[in-house]
Amino acid sequence: MSAPVPLLETRKLSKNFGGLRAIDNIDLSVETDETVGLIGPNGAGKTTVFNCVTGMSPPTSGDILYRGESLAGLRPDQVTARGISRTFQNIRLFREMTVIENVMVGSHCRARAGILGAVFRPKAVVKEEEELAAKALGLLRFVGLEGKADLWARQLPYGDQRRLEIARAMASDPSLLLLDEPACGMNPQETIALMELIRLIRDRGIAVLLIEHQMKMIMGISDRLVVLDHGTKIAEGTAEAVRADPAVIGAYLGKESIGA
Amino acid sequence: MTTPARSVALIRRPLSRIVLASLWFGLLSLPLMMESQAPFFGLRRPLLVSAGVAVIGVLRLAVSRRAGSGAGGVQRALGATGRAVHHLVGQIDRRLLYAVGLAAAALIPLGLNRYHIDILTQVGIYVTLALGLNIVVGLAGLLDLGYVAFYAVGAYAYGLLSTRVGLSFWEVLPLGALLAALFGVLLGIPVLRLRGDYLAIVTLGFGEMIRITLNNWDSVTRGPNGILGIARPKILGFTISTPIQYYYLILALVLLTVFVVERLNRSRIGRAWTAMRDDDVAAEAMGINLVKTKLLAFGLGATWAGSAGVFFASKMTFISPESFTFFESVIILCMVVLGGMGSVPGVILGAATLVILPEIMRQFALYRMLIFGGAMVVMMVMRPQGLVGSPRRKVALGPKDRPRPTAVS
Repeated sequence: MSAPVPLLETRKLSKNFGGLRAIDNIDLSVETDETVGLIGPNGAGKTTVFNCVTGMSPPTSGDILYRGESLAGLRPDQVTARGISRTFQNIRLFREMTVIENVMVGSHCRARAGILGAVFRPKAVVKEEEELAAKALGLLRFVGLEGKADLWARQLPYGDQRRLEIARAMASDPSLLLLDEPACGMNPQETIALMELIRLIRDRGIAVLLIEHQMKMIMGISDRLVVLDHGTKIAEGTAEAVRADPAVIGAYLGKESIGA
Repeated sequence: MTTPARSVALIRRPLSRIVLASLWFGLLSLPLMMESQAPFFGLRRPLLVSAGVAVIGVLRLAVSRRAGSGAGGVQRALGATGRAVHHLVGQIDRRLLYAVGLAAAALIPLGLNRYHIDILTQVGIYVTLALGLNIVVGLAGLLDLGYVAFYAVGAYAYGLLSTRVGLSFWEVLPLGALLAALFGVLLGIPVLRLRGDYLAIVTLGFGEMIRITLNNWDSVTRGPNGILGIARPKILGFTISTPIQYYYLILALVLLTVFVVERLNRSRIGRAWTAMRDDDVAAEAMGINLVKTKLLAFGLGATWAGSAGVFFASKMTFISPESFTFFESVIILCMVVLGGMGSVPGVILGAATLVILPEIMRQFALYRMLIFGGAMVVMMVMRPQGLVGSPRRKVALGPKDRPRPTAVS
């Protein structure tokens, strides 16, 4: 029996912006049911990796395999339909829609109703809409936003907006969830609740690839860490191994501190 | 809390605003009201306008100070009225409300003269147009300044097919709508990557292209002379010819439009449009195919302009490129924005207002456009979200409105 194919695998992934090499030959893999933390100083290329994987900015070279199949040339919506979903570092909710509608939009690619379905509203479409609404309510309950379904998305406090983004991303039934700094701007209690939420997401069988700056949090919930610096991978392994790695310490604290 | 300095500041800023506003309106009215022969060169009337504006400003200040803090009393009053109306509407059964509205629309014209019925028919045409544009601008957030082109496509489709091929109104109605939708998609393809200002300019150019083509393609469209003798619609051998008959025909078209647009709005497609309007990057990341969604918006928006065009041609029995100028696009856009982008009742109200108001103001002759423009400025400053702010499908999805399965694991 051959080795199982990883859920997500990048091979020599590189991305140039003009003359700038944002990421350089990144090899990265995420197994099913795994939580992987992607860390590194500002500008290390973490979000660029996300943008390449989700099809928002096609890589300059290298390949991205999802369940062994290449994602090259797919549009973001097609990548989402395959089962990869994401949140954004700077929250990007649909502000002029209600909370529940935001989540229902997340299920867009899992629903079928077209123009004729919308106009004539046959039983199948009514049922589909009810199922979408029920699923959205379930997800809102899951992330702790029950009772806020009919508020406008823009009315939510900051922490709730981050949770809503997670619910919306989960609505497309992903197998892999990419979270871009979900704890950014959260207070300690909210961060703890978020860690708990990410554990619950993993318990649902969803693999998580996570960018985060709060070390305590990312070390606490990741099975494995990948460290980027200046677009290259400088370390990989468990939290303990990474924390002791001289290259990582150098990247975060400056080269001089290694000798100190 | 209220220190003397603070209260002085509170008064001073609104006061200077009142003075500036009254001077501004006085200045605006100068060219219209000044007469060199009259005593004091007729400056009395501009001064009266200034005084009137000042009085309104002071009243507004007094109201807002009584109501609480700062300025914006009128705004609050308008907002409160809107909320009250919403609340009332929420209280009454929707079906009853629709029934009353429909009965009014069906019965009131019976007691009116031909002139008034003609105006109502025009309202109907513009409601259909504005509801179609509302899909593109209000729901999908794509600024389209060439919308009148699709209206022209529908009108010329009927004009040509009726006079040259001899097709009937009922055959061309779906055909013209389809043709307009096709043009909508054709316009959509090159502008897929454009947004905002750029999109507006390209659509403007497209609208002009259609009009200029119609104006110059003499062998087919007869250019500026237009097409004469377009057949009137027939139902079972009975020809529609009087204003009231046309009114009922357009009423039926409006009802169809309202029904379809409302259902699209509350569907998965409607959600995709609004999501794209709010944030297209996030929408694409959530699995929405932007190309398909945009083309759907352009196509389905143009459909209604096309059918309105067919109706227009059948009513006038004469069409020429003059009816499809850029100004028409702008007026339709104003209806959507003034009424409230994305809101179906709002857009209907906006269309009715912008057709009926200029008619009512005919007696003011010269001042008509001044008052009209002033009203638009005041409206947009006071209430930028339009007459009826768009309550996005909130009610329909709310748990109170419709019972739905609750338990989800």
